[in-house]
Amino acid sequence: MAARVIQADEITKAVEKLLLDCNYFIGKDIACAFECSLKTEKSPIGKGVIEQLIENSKIAAEEKVPLCQDTGMAVFFVEYGQNVVVEGGSFEDAINEGVRKAYVGGYLRKSVVRDPVLDRVNTGDNTPAIIHTRIVPGDKISILAGSKGFGSENMSAIKMLTPGAGLEGVKKFILDTVDHAGPTPCPPMVIGVGIGGTFEECAILAKKATLRAVDEHNPDERYAALEKELLEEVNKMGFGPGGLGGTTTALGLNIEVYPTHIAGMPVAVNICCHAARHGHVTL
Amino acid sequence: MTKRLTLPLKEEDILNLRAGDSVLLTGPMITGRDAAHKRLHELLAQGKELPIDIKGETIYYVGPAPAKEGHAIGPAGPTSSYRMDQFTPELLDLGLKGIIGKGIRNQEVIDSLVKNKAVYFAAIGGAAALLAHSIKKAEVLCYDDLGTEAIRRLEVEDFPCFVAIDCEGNNLYATEAKKYRED
Repeated sequence: MAARVIQADEITKAVEKLLLDCNYFIGKDIACAFECSLKTEKSPIGKGVIEQLIENSKIAAEEKVPLCQDTGMAVFFVEYGQNVVVEGGSFEDAINEGVRKAYVGGYLRKSVVRDPVLDRVNTGDNTPAIIHTRIVPGDKISILAGSKGFGSENMSAIKMLTPGAGLEGVKKFILDTVDHAGPTPCPPMVIGVGIGGTFEECAILAKKATLRAVDEHNPDERYAALEKELLEEVNKMGFGPGGLGGTTTALGLNIEVYPTHIAGMPVAVNICCHAARHGHVTL
Repeated sequence: MTKRLTLPLKEEDILNLRAGDSVLLTGPMITGRDAAHKRLHELLAQGKELPIDIKGETIYYVGPAPAKEGHAIGPAGPTSSYRMDQFTPELLDLGLKGIIGKGIRNQEVIDSLVKNKAVYFAAIGGAAALLAHSIKKAEVLCYDDLGTEAIRRLEVEDFPCFVAIDCEGNNLYATEAKKYRED
């Protein structure tokens, strides 16, 4: 099969658009979840917070400014068709150039420092991005992009549970992590859960789960039921919109799973705020 | 009912505020978050003077997005306050009267708010474009090299927030969530 050529600047343009769109325009799933929560939220303060967030999303769209000032670190899940050849530059440089263009030209906040501990100087263009790439059959490139804010990222956790912990152990760790996060990560949250794989794969699954729309469910009915059950439990915690009390603590809880080792049952909980910014394109 | 208050905060206003009050703030405030707090703390540890007079001030924990042409400031919602906990009591001891952020504070901060008769407000996390509308002016006071984390002087008009912890130590985060919690 002949190779299909994709120009690097085509990738750059697509990435720039994905990031700008998801930062300026609230996702349909989140907008819909806000509207639903207005009908169910029991706290008057909580209702007021949701109304402010709806108003906020209207202003952001109208003025083409970011929904939240923390425009995050750019994260990508790429499925790269093995018959694709990128011309005019490297694939990862093309992604990072798209990040640079979106953040510098699109009035997004630059929040990346070049070293985590010893040299916390801003890189000035929000690069480098975090890029997870899988090589797949075919001649297309699929890019799932997100802007991940860190108020919620800081509330995330991973635990190497062992098989004896069972389903109850998995539930307890997820709920304990959300309970510990409490009012801090800008509730109503979107909770991404990864179960299985290895230590690092589990965390990556959890991140990917935060990028799934809150009205889409795990294709395995058993996990879809677990998503629903845990979301109901989270919404009984009382933190509510803005953490100021109420019955809407999370808008969604998404679970992604992967086979694991006979000795292990890792669980990662990646917390995201209501600005759950994500977009997808296939080139 | 929403209370309208002018900044700088007056002592009688602070004494009258109660956790849960909805407030609209008008007047001058400063900004500062992680990196600026670290610098202020290092100066105090060395016995040096701060580049700003903190007495009577209200500080907003925010790192705004860049301003578009014709806007005073870019989207500017609160950042999580707990990261400033370790630096906060010493600033309250120097006369800081108001803090705006989001999320819980540790007991040392709560005790210091009570001791110094100061108040902690919560703005709505993620309502950044909306909150920017009530910021009429913004200029960098110091630490320009920190970019979004520089200390700025803001002029706000009807900036919406809630009293999260009042000067008696009543804590909205502790009391309100309990009402809706089902164990």
